[in-house]
Amino acid sequence: MFRLRVVTRLSAALLLAAAACLAVLIAGCGFNHHRDVRLYLEEPFPKKLSAWRLFTQTQGKLKPNARVLPYDLNTPLFSDYASKYRFVWMPAGASAEYREEGVLEFPVGTIFAKTFAFPVDGRPGEERLIETRLLVRTKSAWIPLPYVWNRGQTEATLQIVPDPVPIHYADAAGRVRDFTYQIPNTNECHECHDNNKVLQPIGPKARNLNREYSYADESDNQLARWQGVGYLRGLPLAPLRAAEAIWNDPGSGTLEERARAYLDSNCAHCHQPGGQAGYTGTDFRLKGSDLAGLGGCKRPNSAGNVGRLTYDLVPGAPEESILIYRLESTAPKISMPQIGRAVVHEEGVKLLREWVASLGGKCGA
Amino acid sequence: MALTFGGCGSKDFQKSLQERLITAKPGDIIDLPEGKYHSDRTLSLTVDRITLRGKGMAKTVLSFAGQKEGAQGLLVKANDFTIEDIGIEDSAGDALTIQGGTNIVVRRVRAEWTRGANPGNGPYAIYPVECKNLLVEDSVARGAADAGIYVGQSENVVIRRNRAEYNVDGYEIENSENVDAYENVATHNTGGMGVFNLPNLPRQGGKHVRVFRNQIVENNTPNFAPESLGPIHGLPTGTGIYVMAIKGVEIFGNKIQNNNSMNVFLVHYDTAVGDTLQTTASSPITQSIFKPGDKRYYPYLQQVYLHDNDISGGGKAPDIRIPALKAMADALGGSLPDILYDGMVDPAWGKKSANPGEICIGNNGAATFLNFDARGGMKHLVRDVKSYACVLPPLSAASASTLAATGAIAN
Repeated sequence: MFRLRVVTRLSAALLLAAAACLAVLIAGCGFNHHRDVRLYLEEPFPKKLSAWRLFTQTQGKLKPNARVLPYDLNTPLFSDYASKYRFVWMPAGASAEYREEGVLEFPVGTIFAKTFAFPVDGRPGEERLIETRLLVRTKSAWIPLPYVWNRGQTEATLQIVPDPVPIHYADAAGRVRDFTYQIPNTNECHECHDNNKVLQPIGPKARNLNREYSYADESDNQLARWQGVGYLRGLPLAPLRAAEAIWNDPGSGTLEERARAYLDSNCAHCHQPGGQAGYTGTDFRLKGSDLAGLGGCKRPNSAGNVGRLTYDLVPGAPEESILIYRLESTAPKISMPQIGRAVVHEEGVKLLREWVASLGGKCGA
Repeated sequence: MALTFGGCGSKDFQKSLQERLITAKPGDIIDLPEGKYHSDRTLSLTVDRITLRGKGMAKTVLSFAGQKEGAQGLLVKANDFTIEDIGIEDSAGDALTIQGGTNIVVRRVRAEWTRGANPGNGPYAIYPVECKNLLVEDSVARGAADAGIYVGQSENVVIRRNRAEYNVDGYEIENSENVDAYENVATHNTGGMGVFNLPNLPRQGGKHVRVFRNQIVENNTPNFAPESLGPIHGLPTGTGIYVMAIKGVEIFGNKIQNNNSMNVFLVHYDTAVGDTLQTTASSPITQSIFKPGDKRYYPYLQQVYLHDNDISGGGKAPDIRIPALKAMADALGGSLPDILYDGMVDPAWGKKSANPGEICIGNNGAATFLNFDARGGMKHLVRDVKSYACVLPPLSAASASTLAATGAIAN
């Protein structure tokens, strides 16, 4: 029955393709006609991810369409150990403006596509696509569009309130991951992405993009590549570019630099002035904050039930720091970040523990 | 446009309602029918000009028991928002959070943890923060591990005719300006009501608060706040109303009775929160925030006018868990007076007046009084309330402009 249905759908698809080819043949194109990314800047946005034509192949692996550029971040947000595949696309002739701090200034029509995938249990190397989040820069605002992949991995559909997804697998080290992955609804997108009620991308800052990437043709610095394909203007010479540490690469920065990069990527979107947790007075941004802003010797405003702990961060004492406690919890009231994490990021916590332990000073006179 | 929400099973309820909240258009009224609806995830709203309306605080219930994701029950970040006739139960964290909204009405909402007082309950039941033009009325809050009805970093606020019970703090008015709290009931909490400023918050300088015609009686539920919630853990069981580190508070026409530690507590930040500020200020780490002499936070109490209240029966069984209270009670024969003032004055005010902080107390029945001289270590006790018999100009009402702005009064 299942097989039959697939065949039927394939037949229909072939028919459609044939019809489309007939049409384009008349227009002088062949079977290998090139179909560009299609941009939608207004409601209603497509119900199907495929309508954007960002990817030419989905089964097994996302293959980007022409001018859809993959990228990575030096220090990304942790999301339950999901693999993340990031892509950016801009309309022809449009480019982002380089800036030293904060996210780059992106042109209208920019599309970010971030796909989350988890291993398939018992099939090493195989992954299952869960969701692809689009952030689209329209004329008035950034619009978040969550697309959820079907079981057959053939299509993802737009869902403003996606269902939770049970995840179960054993990772390469044999650790069993068994949890419910929550795909954020569009309101929850705002909880992390809003600053002063304006939705912004979080990751694509110059310093977070400033790293090597193995493109299909060669390895290249991402900022240089963006400039090369016309996606970036105003890029300073390499030594003058902002750079941040790779949280898990000791060669990329000191313990302090890597911990601060981790806090910036995982906490600062809420914990900064204008962010969701700006009212708490903490500021986890890489630049412009200090130990007090990171919670050093600061009593929490409201930290849930964290036992007898007193301060957000106690220098030299990770065990006494609420920051660590909350990162090691998965209880809804206690865990941080408040959304988007059902699993403890053991390696991330280890880094922050080492960093807190390394800090000097004490709370109190 | 009025739209009735319904026609869905309980299982799909949270998804359907969340979709409805996301796709709502400004001006929509979302009607929730009678029934108990379960959600294991925070429900959120960001669309302006929405009314969320149930059939009654006991009839339309959003239950978050067993919540898996998100800290809040209902999270609202929108302007011109009204919620009415809805019960919200058993959220993991705060039951109803309203953040950064202008023109907000909370009416006949019940926010509650059904297991009663428990340190694992959420901190706040009704939690508007950073709001402007805010009305909370005819609502009920029970079981919050910090405050039942909290208003923080907000301005132009009316809190009226509510009932808060079995919370740690019944009501908290924190770092807020231009507030009227009247005709509320606070009973069976650890403390009835707090009016105060705290450091470490972006909005500082709360002031101009009127507290009148409230009933703040028998708030003697043992403090169940976890230590991590900070200063609230140290709130003495049996506190009526406490006023801390704020300038411009008028308290009149209230019934404040039978709160076992004290009926009224007038204090400097250090007195209430221990030596936190001093240790914080003296730590090199936090000096960037609290340099000694930093004007951002002012820990003294100024211009408090406590008059014409019915105050009696306080301090009969002080909370001896608090060392300072125990020491004081021991020195005074086991009980404390109705009105307790720490006598903390800023040396910078000089010595021209005996009462430079303008703490004015008068016509409160037979209420007993003590200035316990916190700085002097109880050396110079003042028991005669006549020492504080002064009059301050009445504070102007916050009510009229706020109620007009929220649409609560048309005239």
